[in-house]
Amino acid sequence: MTRRSPFVVGMLAFGYAFLYLPIALLMVWSFNDSRLVSVWGGFSTRWYAQLAHDTRFLDAAWLSLRVAAASASLALVLGTCAALALVRVRRFRGRTLFALLIAAPLVMPDVIMGLALLLMFVALEQAIGWPDGRGFLTITLAHATIALCYVTVVVRARLAQTDPSLEEAAQDLGAPPAKAFVLVTLPLLAPALAAGWLLAFTLSLDDVVVAQFVSGPGATTLPIQVMSSVRLGVSPEINALGTVIILVVGAGIAVAWRLLERRGR
Amino acid sequence: MGAAVSAWGRRALVALPFGWLAAFFLAPFLIVVAISLAEPRIGVPPYLPLLDWSGGGWPRLQASFANFALLFDDAFYVEAYVQSLAIAGLSTLLCLLIGYPMALAIAGAPERRRSLLLMLVILPFWTSFLIRVYAWMGILKDEGLLNGLLLWLGVIDQPLVILNTGIAVIIGIVYSYLPFMVLPLYATLERHDRTLLEAAADLGARPWRAFLAVTLPLSLPGIAAGSLLVFIPAVGEYVIPDLLGGGDTNMLGKALWEVFSQSRDWPTAAALAVALLAALVLPLALLQRIFRRTEEGG
Repeated sequence: MTRRSPFVVGMLAFGYAFLYLPIALLMVWSFNDSRLVSVWGGFSTRWYAQLAHDTRFLDAAWLSLRVAAASASLALVLGTCAALALVRVRRFRGRTLFALLIAAPLVMPDVIMGLALLLMFVALEQAIGWPDGRGFLTITLAHATIALCYVTVVVRARLAQTDPSLEEAAQDLGAPPAKAFVLVTLPLLAPALAAGWLLAFTLSLDDVVVAQFVSGPGATTLPIQVMSSVRLGVSPEINALGTVIILVVGAGIAVAWRLLERRGR
Repeated sequence: MGAAVSAWGRRALVALPFGWLAAFFLAPFLIVVAISLAEPRIGVPPYLPLLDWSGGGWPRLQASFANFALLFDDAFYVEAYVQSLAIAGLSTLLCLLIGYPMALAIAGAPERRRSLLLMLVILPFWTSFLIRVYAWMGILKDEGLLNGLLLWLGVIDQPLVILNTGIAVIIGIVYSYLPFMVLPLYATLERHDRTLLEAAADLGARPWRAFLAVTLPLSLPGIAAGSLLVFIPAVGEYVIPDLLGGGDTNMLGKALWEVFSQSRDWPTAAALAVALLAALVLPLALLQRIFRRTEEGG
C-alpha cells in the first residue's frame, strides 16, 4: 500500500464520492417534479416556489440569521480576548483552568451542553428572574459560548505567527498601547477574525441540539423547524431548502478557508 | 508579552472570556452534577432542592445516588449505554478503514494540490450537518434510491430494510465524522521521511511489507487521534440516531433528550449526562495526552 498505488487513489475517489454524492443527490431531487426520490418526474422549480411562500420556514430562517449574527459577533469579541490572553499575557492565575475551559466545549457532546445551559437558565430565572423565558436571548448566549472556543482556536493560531515586536515598535514611536494594537496587530489579525466570525456564524446556523434545549415556545430556529418536518419523512420542500442552505453555508466556509490559507503568503 | 498590553487591559483580556466561560460553561456543568443527585418531583422545576431549609437552622443535604442506581437497574439505559459504545466503536473502525487510504493518497499528491484535496474533505463537515444526514434518508429508505438501484440491477428482489436500523446509524456516523479521521492521519503521514520507504525498498521489502514495517507504525499517533476524534462525538450523537435509527436504535444522546423532553425527568437526564461524560473521560484524557505530545514534538 504505497501513496500512489491504484488501491489508494481508488479509495480517495470513493471517499470523495461518499462525501459528495448525498449532497449532489439532494440537489437533484430538489428540482424533481415527482415527490418520489427514485422516480424522475421532470425538471421543476415548484418546490422552491412553495418554499418561498412557506412562512414557517421564512420566520425560522429570519430568527436563525439574527441569532447567528449576534452570537458570532459576541463570540468574536470574547474569543479574540481569550486568544490574546493565552498568547500575549501568557502567565496569569488560573491559566490551566482557563485553557481547559476553552478546550472543553469543543469536545463536549451537544446534548450535555444543551442540558447544562438549560438547567442553568432555569435556575437563574428562579433565583433572579433573568433570563425571562427562553428564546432569542438564551439561544444566542448558548451559541456564543460554544463558538467563542472555535474563534479562540482560529485567532490564537494567527496571533502566534504575528511578531509582538511590531506593536512594541509602534509604542516606542509614541503610540499608546491601545492605538498600537488597533493600528498594527488588528490589521494583521483581520483575516483570522473574519474567518472566525464566519465559522461561528455557520456553527450557529447549523446547530439543532443545543437550540432545541434552550429555546422556548415561539422561538423556532431553522434547524429546529427542519428537524421537526424531517421526522415526518422526506419532503421535496426540505430538499429545496437543504440545497439553499448548503450553497449559502458552503460559500461562507469556502471564503473562511481562503482567508486562513492566505496567511502563509 | 511585554509592555504591549497595559496592566488594566491585561486583566480585562483574561477576566472577560474567563468570566463568561465560568458563568456559561463551568456553572451549568456543576448544576448538572448537582441536579443528577437531586430527587425528581412533579412541578416547576421538576426536582427538589439539594439543600432543605425547612427545618430551621442548618439546612439538610438531600443528595442521593438513586438516579444513578436507576440507570443500572433499568434495561433501557443499560442498552443505550452498550449500544452507544458499540455503534461508536464500529463506526470508528470503518472511518479508519476508509480514511487511512484517503489520507495516504492526499499526502502522496503533488504539494500544490494537497490544500485543495484537504479542503474538499473538510468542506462537507462544516456544511449543514442536519441537511446532510437528512439526505441519507432519501437514499436508505425502503423505496429509496439505494433499494431502487439494487432492485433495478437485479441484486435483490425485495427492498432491504436499512433506514431505522443500526446500520443506517453507522453509515450516518461514518459519513459525518470521516473528516475528523482524515485530518490527523494526513497530518502525521505528511511529515514522514520518504527516504525511510526508499531504504525499505532498497533492502528488498515489497510495498506492503514496507507499509506494515514503516508507514503504519509511524502513523500510530494519527490513528489514535483520528479514532478518538470520531469516537468521542459519536458516543453522544443525537441527530443521527434520531433521524436514521428510528425506534430500533437506542443511544445515550437520544435517550437523554427523550427522558428530558418527554418524561420531563430532569434529574435522570442529568444523571445520564454525567454517565455519558464518564464514558468519555478516558478517551478525552488520551486525546489530551496525544495533543500535548505532538505539540511538544513540534
